[in-house]
Amino acid sequence: MRATKVMRAAAVMAVLVAPPREAAAQAADQAQQIQQQIDQLKQEFNDRVAALEAQLAALQGGQPAPPPQPAAPPAPPPAATTAEVPPGSAGAGGPTGALPIYGTASLGSKIFNPDMAVIGNFLGATGRNTVDPQPALELHESEVSLQAVVDPYARADFFLAFGETGVEVEEGFLTLTALPSKFLVKVGKVRAAFGKVNTLHDHVLPWTDRPVVTQNLVNGDEGITDAGISVSRLLPAGPLFLEATGEVYRGDSGDVFRSTQRGHLAYVGHLRGYHDITESTNIDLGGSYAHGHNPVGLVSGIDIGRFTTTLFGVDATLRWRPLTRAIYHQFVGRSEVIWSNRQQFGGTQHSMGYYASGDYQFARRWFAGGRLDHSDRADDSSIVDKGGSAVLTYWPSEFSQVRGQYRRTNYGDGPTANEFLFQFQFSIGAHGAHPF
Amino acid sequence: MRTLKLLLLLVLALPAVAFAQGKLNVVATTEDLGSLAREVGGDKVSVTSLARGYQDPHFVDPKPSFILAVSKADVLIVVGRELEIGWLPPLLTSSRNSKIQTSGNGYLDASSNVRILEIPTGQITRAMGDVHPSGNPHYWLEPGNGRRIAQAIRDKFSQLSPGNASYFAQRYADFDGRLAAGEKRWDTIMAPYKGTKLVTFHRSWPNFMDRWGLDVIAYVEPKPGIPPTPQHTIEVIDEMKRQGAKLIVVEPYFDLKTPQAIANQVGGKVMVLAPSVGGTKEATDYIQLFEYDVNQLAAALKQVTGK
Repeated sequence: MRATKVMRAAAVMAVLVAPPREAAAQAADQAQQIQQQIDQLKQEFNDRVAALEAQLAALQGGQPAPPPQPAAPPAPPPAATTAEVPPGSAGAGGPTGALPIYGTASLGSKIFNPDMAVIGNFLGATGRNTVDPQPALELHESEVSLQAVVDPYARADFFLAFGETGVEVEEGFLTLTALPSKFLVKVGKVRAAFGKVNTLHDHVLPWTDRPVVTQNLVNGDEGITDAGISVSRLLPAGPLFLEATGEVYRGDSGDVFRSTQRGHLAYVGHLRGYHDITESTNIDLGGSYAHGHNPVGLVSGIDIGRFTTTLFGVDATLRWRPLTRAIYHQFVGRSEVIWSNRQQFGGTQHSMGYYASGDYQFARRWFAGGRLDHSDRADDSSIVDKGGSAVLTYWPSEFSQVRGQYRRTNYGDGPTANEFLFQFQFSIGAHGAHPF
Repeated sequence: MRTLKLLLLLVLALPAVAFAQGKLNVVATTEDLGSLAREVGGDKVSVTSLARGYQDPHFVDPKPSFILAVSKADVLIVVGRELEIGWLPPLLTSSRNSKIQTSGNGYLDASSNVRILEIPTGQITRAMGDVHPSGNPHYWLEPGNGRRIAQAIRDKFSQLSPGNASYFAQRYADFDGRLAAGEKRWDTIMAPYKGTKLVTFHRSWPNFMDRWGLDVIAYVEPKPGIPPTPQHTIEVIDEMKRQGAKLIVVEPYFDLKTPQAIANQVGGKVMVLAPSVGGTKEATDYIQLFEYDVNQLAAALKQVTGK
């Protein structure tokens, strides 16, 4: 106590004995600073008052005051229908003061609710396809996403896909973001890191459908999506981005992998290299591996065959986006080649397939693209499906898109299909990140 | 055995040595924040900026090369106010760097201490275009806010590298002095044009225009983030004619066709100003950004107003 007093006195003395010129300059400086602060506060206060007045005017204008009802008994005040904004958030430009709470007070603040969004994917098809017919009109998928930070060490992402036949957790995983040594771990149901298309949700594809090779060799729309653990690490490679991913799954992914006992896990490995060639052009290369037990050997629920499927893939993506005109023009060229070795009764089938596509944005809202398809069937490599598509996409805004796709498919075991597919896609809710 | 122990000790000591000798690794999402970090940090920091100054900061690709930069960062300085909402979150998640997560010590939201304009009141929906619910994020375009950002950077650097606190304080004071001198110059240059009406393409300039008392009467975009429509363009032409506005300010990343067509109709002028450091080659740092913009704007205003 005494020491503080002495220190204070010393401080006062120091100020008093300081050279007068310096002190005067300091004082002038401080005065100016204080004046600035006052001006700023004044301005903020005026802004605030103006905003409140505007709100008041809107309220008075919009809802005429009800006539007084003196006879009515005073209703008990509703139990805590507002909550205070947590301390520390003031000044961040968010809400201040009391926030309304919907529900009981015990629910507490809703500030920690996850970011929510719904993406509607409406598909239509015309033309003739007898091998793989799609409905004429369909709300193919309504994807609900719920995403938030769990704690200082992790975040969680859920993607629930509501289709015409039911609901499915498309993905639901925890990401550990605070691990040492550049590790990143995901735990949950995850789209496996096999190539490019397998990792993408429907709404970020540059087409209305998935390539034929995905349909034939990698379980179609659902792809390799399974419960498991994914570990990835950045490898030191100078200016090159090099990422290695290893994943272990239960071993259930539609017609690619099926597990009948705990030991029958599926394994996925992926190596990704990325390099900026110039500031507008970059290249992204990947190699993938997947291995697991397939469902072919299953006879009345018993895995007699104990057959496995092994997949290899390589992918390449070339992007060009001139930075000063990034919102008007870009080009993305992609290709994936996939090899499937599938054991089955009668021997192993060695199948191969690929797609190659290019998409060019030629105006702020317009994209044109094309895709070539070629793939053997997984269970009979002598049947080869080939096809091609032309795609035109229009973006009214970042949050909606209209797409038309002409698709021609020469099926190896059926008549050629000529179809026109179209899509309306729309997103509400939290602003999701643009995929890369 | 002994060599092994020694080796282990060496390996354990390595990071400590690197930290003691090393500079603070700073990543800024834009070149403006990068420039301010350089002003304050001097040679005690090494700064990487992600988005280029001539690029629309709303639409930046979250390239893996950015992940590489962010993964090594001790400090990440962001503009905030949802400017980077479309590209920063995936970079943070993939960075594998706990220091710069939003909860981390190395995360600095530059908007926490500045004057923010156009904070929406009442209900907002996306029918209003790409509105920013927590206010206009282009707040760095005003020297007073630049000063406040520099203060926040100084405090953050000093917190993370206390041994250099006095160095950062001295660098800040020096910058503050040069900025104040600049403000005096710019105020003098802009003084004759107070109250002049003009049009901008996007709502990038409220803090800038407010500072020098210029009156933005319309935007080439009908709504934030929505490209120009014929109907709205006619309205802008009528409004400019009615109010006698002659100047259209455009950011370097927008197409000049519509602004030029409007200018032709009203007998006015289109000019490209730098909304960020690096937006033009003359805007080499934060002070030069204003030096360039103020001089260019004043010259154009002189031409259209005759003052």
